[in-house]
Amino acid sequence: MMQFMLLFSRQGKLRLQKWYVAHPDKLKKKITRELITTILARKPKMCSFLEWRDLKIVYKRYASLYFCCAIEQDDNELLTLEVIHRYVELLDKYFGSVCELDIIFNFEKAYFILDELMLGGEIQETSKKNVLKAIAAQDLLQEEETPQGFFDDHGLG
Amino acid sequence: MYPYYESDWSVLPPEANRRFNPAFNMATIKQVVNEAIERVRMPTPMRLRDLIRQIRAARTAAEERSVVNKECAYIRSTFREEDSVWRCRNIAKLLYIHMLGYPAHFGQLECLKLIASSRFTDKRIGYLGAMLLLDERQDVHLLITNCLKNDLNSTTQFVVGLALCTLGAIASPEMARDLAGEVERLMKSPNAYIRKKAALCAYRIIKRVPELMEIFLPATRSMLSDKNHGVLITGITLITEMCENSPDTLNHFKKIVPNLVRILKNLILAGYSPEHDVSGVSDPFLQVKILKLLRILGINDADTSEAMNDILAQVATNTETSKNVGNTILYETVLSIMDIKSEGGLRVLAVNILGRFLLNNDKNIRYVALNTLLRTVHVDTSAVQRHRSTILECLKDPDVSIRRRAMELSFALVNTQNIRTMMKDLLAFLEKSDPEFKAPCSSSIVLAAERFAPNKRWHLDTLLKVLVAAGNYVRDDVIASTIQLISESTSHQGYIALQLYKALSEDLQNRQPLTQVAVWAIGEYGDLLLQAPPDEEHSIQSPTEEDVINIYHRLLWSPQNTPTTKQYALMSLTKLSTRFSSTNQIQQVISSFCSNLHIELQQRGVEFSQLFGKYSHLRPALLERMPPMEVVRQPDDTLHTNGDLDGLEPHSEESSPQHVPSESNALLDLLGGSDDLDIIKPSSVPSKPTSVLNTNNQDLLDLLGLGPLGDSTPVANDTTNNMDLILENNNANLLPVMSNQNSNFLTDDLFSSGNTETEIKSIPPLTAFEGDGLQVVFSFDSAKENNTATINVTASNHSLSTMSDFLFQAAVPKTFQIQMLSPSDTAIPSNGVVTQVLKVTNPGQNVLRMRIRISYTVDGNPVLEQTEVNNFPNELWE
Repeated sequence: MMQFMLLFSRQGKLRLQKWYVAHPDKLKKKITRELITTILARKPKMCSFLEWRDLKIVYKRYASLYFCCAIEQDDNELLTLEVIHRYVELLDKYFGSVCELDIIFNFEKAYFILDELMLGGEIQETSKKNVLKAIAAQDLLQEEETPQGFFDDHGLG
Repeated sequence: MYPYYESDWSVLPPEANRRFNPAFNMATIKQVVNEAIERVRMPTPMRLRDLIRQIRAARTAAEERSVVNKECAYIRSTFREEDSVWRCRNIAKLLYIHMLGYPAHFGQLECLKLIASSRFTDKRIGYLGAMLLLDERQDVHLLITNCLKNDLNSTTQFVVGLALCTLGAIASPEMARDLAGEVERLMKSPNAYIRKKAALCAYRIIKRVPELMEIFLPATRSMLSDKNHGVLITGITLITEMCENSPDTLNHFKKIVPNLVRILKNLILAGYSPEHDVSGVSDPFLQVKILKLLRILGINDADTSEAMNDILAQVATNTETSKNVGNTILYETVLSIMDIKSEGGLRVLAVNILGRFLLNNDKNIRYVALNTLLRTVHVDTSAVQRHRSTILECLKDPDVSIRRRAMELSFALVNTQNIRTMMKDLLAFLEKSDPEFKAPCSSSIVLAAERFAPNKRWHLDTLLKVLVAAGNYVRDDVIASTIQLISESTSHQGYIALQLYKALSEDLQNRQPLTQVAVWAIGEYGDLLLQAPPDEEHSIQSPTEEDVINIYHRLLWSPQNTPTTKQYALMSLTKLSTRFSSTNQIQQVISSFCSNLHIELQQRGVEFSQLFGKYSHLRPALLERMPPMEVVRQPDDTLHTNGDLDGLEPHSEESSPQHVPSESNALLDLLGGSDDLDIIKPSSVPSKPTSVLNTNNQDLLDLLGLGPLGDSTPVANDTTNNMDLILENNNANLLPVMSNQNSNFLTDDLFSSGNTETEIKSIPPLTAFEGDGLQVVFSFDSAKENNTATINVTASNHSLSTMSDFLFQAAVPKTFQIQMLSPSDTAIPSNGVVTQVLKVTNPGQNVLRMRIRISYTVDGNPVLEQTEVNNFPNELWE
């Protein structure tokens, strides 16, 4: 089971955090800080896996963003790379060639997409099409309940 | 007219702005004014994207903090005002602020209010906030449980979806119990979107509260026949969790193996399906999950394993390997093949896949291969040996994770045949490796050398190289074992002393362990050093006394050396005083330490100086050379030649104090697993009387009360006051003295116990066992001191054949301590006897019970007898 997923920039700024296990806020921050420092210190030619406490850390860099997942000992680290890749593909499809700014300004969408791909730390949908369909339908629900022209004012803006 | 009522002056809305309105009274004015004020005080809140822009525009951390604090203050105030129109936007901003690391717990309740709203936008942000701001430790859970319950019954699938997603992320045990019924109902929903989410929710619920598993069982089974991949993969995830949860469920699900095989077969045979295809591989996510479940179902079950052999072979041979995704599946397949009871051919196939992985360009694949080989090396060493050169090559990989794995794997592959070549690589690795590797790597080299060294000379050279290459990172166990080895290899002492002298004359600032070993050896074998034949190969000439003492001068006054090293050096120099002729010079050096600022060094200075003055007649005897320290290696050592790790482990434990209890536990199991028994294993090979104590150093330590058991056998008190002990360093070379003293003491004890013990009462002997021509009789010497009784075991063979491999073992309750000395022989000839001495300490004055086990071989047939002795005479302890 995936324990958590972190997205952070090359400057070490956290862009997304999804925790599938309960930790106090303080511990989450400590883990995040520790992993960001460790991973940013690694050289590009190093492998994508780290042994960290009793977990396996799988990370991959896409442009300026690092995607980092913590999985348990009996999980397949190569498959986790595929999960990360799948998530990137979904973001790319949704935003249309995604960049870091898309994720900063629409972080809630990034969460929504992740929540259609994974649930409780496990993969729930292996079809890209189905994930995007579900997201589009929910976006539509949101638009329908907001009066025309008022969206800018009443939505998240 | 009053200018007040001009329309463009007015603060009132147009419909209230009438010049002469009859309804225009004070009450209306008040209300309108209030509304206007409200609108001014509560303007439209800043948009999320504007806030993000502002925060990003902040040039310093302080500036960012001030923007955030201002916005947080504003958001708090809107929460207080119960502003429901903008709540959604404010929470979204708060979530962004939370991600930056600022506190946002004050938004928790507002999230619940959003969830309770009927608008989908509110719910979507509310649930997102709940997942981010709450976790299962929060007290607001009762409230959220109610919200979730409502939404799980919603008619909009996406509302149900949001609720399931949140439950899956933050379910606490209480929530799991309260909502398990709802989730079970949704697992049977006709809507696949809801079914798959409910399945993963059930998975999380079982993880939290395993006993809730029962209610999900029926709904889970039907998920396997689903066509939707989302439902299939979540269903398989759920079943996997259930199987890992309870062995009963695991057995229950064994019958689904054919279904799983069919699904997997369809996947790999199916043509291109754009929806689930990942670079030419059909739904790798689902394939991996199925392979993992197959592994769990097939472990230790020959029939089930048989049923999946074919499909595993098919996946292993048919998977496209040019991309990561194909290797992902192969990796999972290899794991399954290795774990289940698969056919031999399939295992070879699996190891070969890993061998191919090792040559892959992708470092991730190489890492995984090393990791997996490390797991399988015990099962099939020879197959892994074939990839040895590739593995050694990985020691030079730029990636630290790969290097670590390669190091571990290399040590697992060392054996008598390849040790010379492998050590070259490993020593080169040790020299260049990062500090974090040096300690474990040097200890592992020492262990490997100990087990597989082709000869003593090579072994000594290797240890020397380790000390040089690892410098200060060497652990203490390496020092101890090097010293022990030098002492043991009597024919090489001159040679090694010369080598160490050579090393010592070079720069050693950061090689304290090497310095310690070197001065120990020079001190012991100083005379041999002077006569050592020069080493032509390295052009080392044997030094003069002058040279050696100069080096000691340098060592003792160098601020770089630690006090421990200097203690070694002082002790060593004192020893040299009887081996060298320049005693006066040595005396000068030592007496100069009488006023050293370091208390340990000063004490040594004072003590050793005594040996040059008043007590100089004692000096030669006290400083005699140590007898060789022999370590009786564990009998199974010689059996391991292939270098699997099993053999290494007991070795590494040997140096840790936990070793002894674990051994006695193993014996407890042997003897029927009674927990209240304590046992000591006798050495199965009778040794010379001078080394009556069995096996390893650890036992010697135990006896002196230094070991983990803190034995207070009489030996302890006798030896600690001994002069030699004071003279010795309290470090690693404490060991030799103890072994020396112990043996002497015990020899006395064995052979002259009659003289020392004055009060011997005669206690009638006791027959502990009789049968098949074997009679075991206990006779007793009672000793008052320390509550220790000596039991002489006499085993006599009344049969006509010889009993060979005779082994007597005894176990006593934990309140007792038992010590077994070596038997007089391992074979009892016809009408012959074997004797053995047991010492039982009874600090609690309890009634002694003893369980004994006797094994021997007669005419090639092994015999095993076991019995309990309860009728020990009461006089034993009186």
